Amino acid sequence: MPEHTIEVDNLHLWRGDRHVLRGVSFTVVRGGCLEVCGANGAGKTTLLRALCGLVYPEQGRILWNGEDVRHDLPAFHAALAYLGHEPPLKADLTARENLHYWIGVRRHLERSELDAALARVGARSWCEQLARTLSAGQRRRVALAGLTLLAVPLWLLDEPTTNLDGEGRALVAELVREQLARGGIVVAAVHQGLPSSVPNVTRLDLAA
Amino acid sequence: MNRSDGNIAQPLAALAPADPEMRTAACHRASALEAIRLALLRDLQLALRKRGQLVQPLAFFAMVTLLFPLAISPELARLRELAPGVVWVGALLGSLLALEFLFRDDAHDGTLEQYALSGQSLTALMTAKTIAHWLLTGLPLALMAPLAAVSLGVRTGALPGILLAVAVGSVALSLIGSIGAALTLGIKRSGALLSLLTLPLSLPVLIFGARATQLAIHGASFVAPLELLGALAVLGGTLAPLAAAAAVRISLE
Repeated sequence: MPEHTIEVDNLHLWRGDRHVLRGVSFTVVRGGCLEVCGANGAGKTTLLRALCGLVYPEQGRILWNGEDVRHDLPAFHAALAYLGHEPPLKADLTARENLHYWIGVRRHLERSELDAALARVGARSWCEQLARTLSAGQRRRVALAGLTLLAVPLWLLDEPTTNLDGEGRALVAELVREQLARGGIVVAAVHQGLPSSVPNVTRLDLAA
Repeated sequence: MNRSDGNIAQPLAALAPADPEMRTAACHRASALEAIRLALLRDLQLALRKRGQLVQPLAFFAMVTLLFPLAISPELARLRELAPGVVWVGALLGSLLALEFLFRDDAHDGTLEQYALSGQSLTALMTAKTIAHWLLTGLPLALMAPLAAVSLGVRTGALPGILLAVAVGSVALSLIGSIGAALTLGIKRSGALLSLLTLPLSLPVLIFGARATQLAIHGASFVAPLELLGALAVLGGTLAPLAAAAAVRISLE
């Protein structure tokens, strides 16, 4: 049975004149979580975007299960979920419609699954509201529901707890724990650190 | 290429029976057609919620074509001679107005990013977006073109030909426009640049479209220019989504 691993080998990346990532290397295996820390501008988001193939690193390799991800980007993308700063929601669609289209483009979705995911993040009472009327925290919760619905082995999360209340942060920790228990991998860029209840966390510090 | 072949099977093979949830997802990956269908429906539903954007190019087209008789002369014979040019310049500029919105909101709210990372072909998704764009601007313009032609003194017998020419030509315009819209994604206030990029490429459509319309008005056979318009649309259909997808990827970097 092949084990999931993501391995980054000596990643260098420039943004304009700035040398943002200077030789980043790490390996995360099945069930592991990597916490990427660093001050603002240290390159946390850049690293995540490079990991998912949106930004091309000038030097270094990214290996998924031992294969260079560039050999087959679509297959790699099918195995990952990326959540950026802003939840990828359409302001003029309801929370439910947003998930229906966003997830539906990637996988077949049963209505019952969608209901369960919305209930899980506490969205049952407001899932028929347009996303423009939702608060930042509610929008983040919808994005978390999408994350669970994608059901992929690799999660790349950029500040997953931003705008969330205490209960919401606990929910993030719980979802991450479940993902790790399933044998998934989580790479999260965090400013304050993940809640302490998440096991198997390795910390990666990026220097500004 | 053995290495990458192995990787295609990985998402299925790599998931152990212990991960029922992930395994189901891997098995139920949406087909490209399903992805196209949903991307198309999403754009149509969004357009229906923002009707103002929908009406803008149509209102522009109606204004332009109605202003000509006022500015030139009410003499029908003269207007009829000008009609092909007026209808086509109006349709071209009208469709250009709508282009700016083709990818802008999607780039802003992260939808394009998710499309690029969906594991689906970005080219297929760009095709879906372009089809939606045509259904929302090209098709309504084509339906309005006969009305505009009537106001320019064109006889009713020529109207089906005009509708057909604008319908086929606007497919090519939407496709050409999608390249320009994708290329100018990273730029603020991209309207002027978008026109500069798109208009020169649209000239063949304008020329053959106006010619087809002229022949239709004169009651002659307009099959030849219509076929050329069709050829342009097919050429656009094969190349434009590829170019737009590449441009979108660059804009995300």
